[in-house]
Amino acid sequence: MSVQTWTFIIVGLTFALYIGIAIWSRAGSTQEFYVAGGGIPPIANGMATAADWMSAASFISMAGLISFMGYDGGVFLMGWTGGYVLLALTLAPYLRKFGKFTVPDFIGDRYYSNVARTVAVICALIVSFTYVAGQMRGVGLVFSRFLEVNINTGVYIGMAIVFFYAVLGGMKGITYTQVAQYCVLIFAFMVPAIFISINMTGNPIPQLGLIGNMTDGSNMALLDKLDQLHRDLGFAEYTSGTKSMIDVFAITFALMVGTAGLPHVIVRFFTVPNVKGARISAGYALIFIAILYTTAPAIAAFARTNLITTVSEQQYAGMPEWFKKWEETGLIKFEDKNNDGLIQYVADKSANELTIDRDIMVLANPEIADLPAWVIALVAAGGLAAALSTAAGLLLVISTSISRDLIKMQINPNISEKGELLSARIGAVFAVIVAGYFGIHPPGFVAAVVALAFGLAAASFFPAIILGIFDKRMNRQGAVAGMIVGITLMLFYMIKYKLGGFGGGTAEDWWFGISPEGFGTIAMAVNFVVSFAVSRMTPPPPQEVQDIVEDIRLPSGAGEAHAH
Amino acid sequence: MSTDNKAQKYWKENLGYLFILLAIWFVASYVLGIFLAEPLNSVRIGGAKLGFWFAQQGSIYVFVILIFVYVRLMNKLDKKYGYDE
Repeated sequence: MSVQTWTFIIVGLTFALYIGIAIWSRAGSTQEFYVAGGGIPPIANGMATAADWMSAASFISMAGLISFMGYDGGVFLMGWTGGYVLLALTLAPYLRKFGKFTVPDFIGDRYYSNVARTVAVICALIVSFTYVAGQMRGVGLVFSRFLEVNINTGVYIGMAIVFFYAVLGGMKGITYTQVAQYCVLIFAFMVPAIFISINMTGNPIPQLGLIGNMTDGSNMALLDKLDQLHRDLGFAEYTSGTKSMIDVFAITFALMVGTAGLPHVIVRFFTVPNVKGARISAGYALIFIAILYTTAPAIAAFARTNLITTVSEQQYAGMPEWFKKWEETGLIKFEDKNNDGLIQYVADKSANELTIDRDIMVLANPEIADLPAWVIALVAAGGLAAALSTAAGLLLVISTSISRDLIKMQINPNISEKGELLSARIGAVFAVIVAGYFGIHPPGFVAAVVALAFGLAAASFFPAIILGIFDKRMNRQGAVAGMIVGITLMLFYMIKYKLGGFGGGTAEDWWFGISPEGFGTIAMAVNFVVSFAVSRMTPPPPQEVQDIVEDIRLPSGAGEAHAH
Repeated sequence: MSTDNKAQKYWKENLGYLFILLAIWFVASYVLGIFLAEPLNSVRIGGAKLGFWFAQQGSIYVFVILIFVYVRLMNKLDKKYGYDE
């Protein structure tokens, strides 16, 4: 059977599975719609969190990014896993004990203020929309590459699927579909990785293959071989980076804190039965994530070595079939500058003849390693699972923000349960349409700002939540001032150095040598300082709020998530 | 022991655990994987340089272990103070 046929079969089967689960687990109440009734077993919640978290970027782009960044790629690996330690230790158990439905719920109640709630809602919407647009685009890309449909048709199909189970199933439907999606995506990621690891190092465990020796007869360590290849071609050594240490630190920190502050990740911890469950499910989530995140750097190093040894100084005419195939998509470009018929792939830009899009590293891996057609189809299904599960989680946050944080808590507090559920569903419809619009007409800035969603989350929510739990004296004035200053500063830096607004600027003008991706760390620190200073100059929070803080610090009696 | 007193003691012990675990979290990622990565690279683990390995593998394993240690410690602490359910 051809790759095309296999792809239709496997993608079709997985989609049927997702829809089946959505129908079986559709939500009947707002509580089920928002937090799945608070009854999800921790291990299932861990899987759902992992799928929610790992987006098209983690699945398709990350290994390729690391492949081209070498050591510097570690910022993503540490940043996107280390955040779970912060989440498990400093946020998840307390927010679960608090027992409401959303992050703005917590901010609004803890800071006894609808202004704080509104600021939090706006931050949540900005973060979620920048993130979801990238996901719908990812769905479109996978469809267009593997099913050879138009990219917009791909986005429409993705919209229809997400629409179906997010609108119908709410959090309950999404959770169980995400469990299935996790299984699909991790299987799809591991199978080619294991095959390639055996090919190159003789070790079936990619994590061990990475520190193993080559089986090409040289018996050199794989990473030494790769460093040597890099040196020979004039690239920086694979295992040492090119970014400055301060920037590596700032980016890693911003990604960690941003991860812990992303509303669609936090909300997952409202779905478990109690505080104990919230703690352990963060642990499960990180194990499930770590399986992919420790395999990705192995794939990156394998693919990089494989690529260089396959193409460097080789006859262009003698390239394998996958090379030609990806050349047709424009993701590999070859230009024979010195007309010798050989491929020169070197660091020197004027002599280099080959450009490779980093996204193809994962997608083309099975073909490069000559794996069977069903594995290639599986990778397509895995990429779709990753993109759809993340999109659904984000859409739910958006719809909840609209129906609960805006309509129920502010505009019409007397809305009936049925009305609220209906407005949540309408909110989801609205969110799907907006996300689809951005997927089809991606504004130029979307790709640039997706990575910055983390900086925004770090600069806005994280300090307000942490201080809300750990600093009893923190009051409304401090938190609101901190959030506003933090997100404004982050937006300013992002617009100035990423999008060229406010006079723009280059890497030389960066403050303290920190890139926009890492600036969330600075904006977060400023948020903390402002919150602290303002809160100490203004009256302490009322007694009942201080009692709330006392209460969320103790784990017992969390009960069900409650409406009020 | 009054309820308030008990709650305060529980919270203090909790903060003590947090401090230690977050210190390990910081060392495994920022110190070993970033600040000291270069000197550590002269040491090897299998075929990899140690600093590089911590940045791309080791820190993640430490993170997983940290969360499970935290869960264990907290479950014990809950029991000690009677906050378990």
